Amino acid sequence: MARKNVIPFGPQHPVLPEPIHFDLVTEDEKIVDALPSISYVHRGLERLIEKRDFVDFVHVADRICGLCSFMHCLGYCQAIEEIMKIEVPERSLYLRSIWAELSRIHSHIFWFGAAADAFGFESLFMQSLRLREVVLDIFEKTTGARVILGVCKVGGVRRDIETEALKEIVNRLNSLKVQLDELSAVFMNDYSIKHRLVGVGYISREDAYTLGCVGPMARASGLAMDMRTLGYAAYKYLEVEPMVESSGDCYARCLVRIRETFHSIDLIRQAVGKIPEGPVDLKVKGTPNGEYFSRVEQPRGEVIHYVKGNGSKFLQRFRVRVPTFSNIPAMIKVLKGSEVADVPNIILTLDPCISCTER
Amino acid sequence: MRLFTMTKIVTKNLLSGPATLMYPKKKRSFTPITRGRVEVDIDKCIFCGMCSRRCPTYAIKVTKNCKEWQIDRLKCCTCNLCVEICPVKCLSMENQYSPALTQAEKPEAIYTVRRETEASGTSDHQVK
Repeated sequence: MARKNVIPFGPQHPVLPEPIHFDLVTEDEKIVDALPSISYVHRGLERLIEKRDFVDFVHVADRICGLCSFMHCLGYCQAIEEIMKIEVPERSLYLRSIWAELSRIHSHIFWFGAAADAFGFESLFMQSLRLREVVLDIFEKTTGARVILGVCKVGGVRRDIETEALKEIVNRLNSLKVQLDELSAVFMNDYSIKHRLVGVGYISREDAYTLGCVGPMARASGLAMDMRTLGYAAYKYLEVEPMVESSGDCYARCLVRIRETFHSIDLIRQAVGKIPEGPVDLKVKGTPNGEYFSRVEQPRGEVIHYVKGNGSKFLQRFRVRVPTFSNIPAMIKVLKGSEVADVPNIILTLDPCISCTER
Repeated sequence: MRLFTMTKIVTKNLLSGPATLMYPKKKRSFTPITRGRVEVDIDKCIFCGMCSRRCPTYAIKVTKNCKEWQIDRLKCCTCNLCVEICPVKCLSMENQYSPALTQAEKPEAIYTVRRETEASGTSDHQVK
């Protein structure tokens, strides 16, 4: 029997610039156990709810994460609107969906880049990040900011997008789609990438279900779980289809993300075709009294925002359950029995977002 | 052939030059709605203090007595709320960012604008 060694992974690691730490217990090159530890960058945003009123807190919710900033804002606003029984104008629901899908595209393309960097495929990394710039430019043109959008508010959205600008977005996304086709062909067919991904980090459908996987991790194992099918924002008017793969390995997770990116472009096209005219926001009166669980599909999976108000301007409790947090048990299950060299790949195909987890 | 999937992209990249801007020569252009920094037209200001009360980061300080408007650029999160709430529309969001600072220059981030009293002329005066 081989001797057991403990190899530390993170919180500073070349493939994953986010502060998560693993103690990998290894026997030769095999991992027999993995002990995760987080809370390197805990910010205490949930506690901050007692110091900021519910309208100002939208800006804090916006800053929980950089890649899914808009989705956090959306989830929080939805919860408040549901408690206060605010009927949000339909146009703003569509605009929210458009920005949410753009965020998904931007996050997935960023993931392609990060994954390519983890394989050591530098040119593919550069190529991916260049394509992401297209989406960031659309953000800046429509919202005034590139990453922290700050357009969502309780009762609607802050900015409207003109019809011409909407058409321009679709045109730019169409040309992005052509470039993405070339990029995804590399991910799907390249020999070295397939060699690193196929059959690595397998998780079965049953395990994915019992360990509470969400997002691409669950969908790659054959679970058709997509919160967009619940029909929040404007998704009830659009044809949302969960992208499901069945093989459950790193390659399947990569395929799910590729197909989701194209699906998001399609959803934006649908939304632009159906968007009605009208106001984009409502004046909000009163204070929230009650509680609500809001479920939103982020690029990484389902996020839950729990909001509890007691009738005053300051909320009583705010809780975020982020997708990365619920994927950690599955991550450990996958790591056990894998090779040391595959660890960066496995962790990366989960797409962990630690700043979300440490809200 | 699979081996040459990226050949087309690589050739295009080689011929089209760099994707990034050649920075000092070519400045980045911002969109008209880019949220860069808050500016004040002090002659219009009525010193009501709405902006400082609305500010989510408590970056703005308005003193009515000495007719002074102050913002901490490092605290400001450029959320545009003060610009939206201003009753006389004297605040505006510029699309240029405020300049970067070193630790030693940190006090310079506090930007103060004071209005001279009517007797001594109405020109605005900037204090560091």
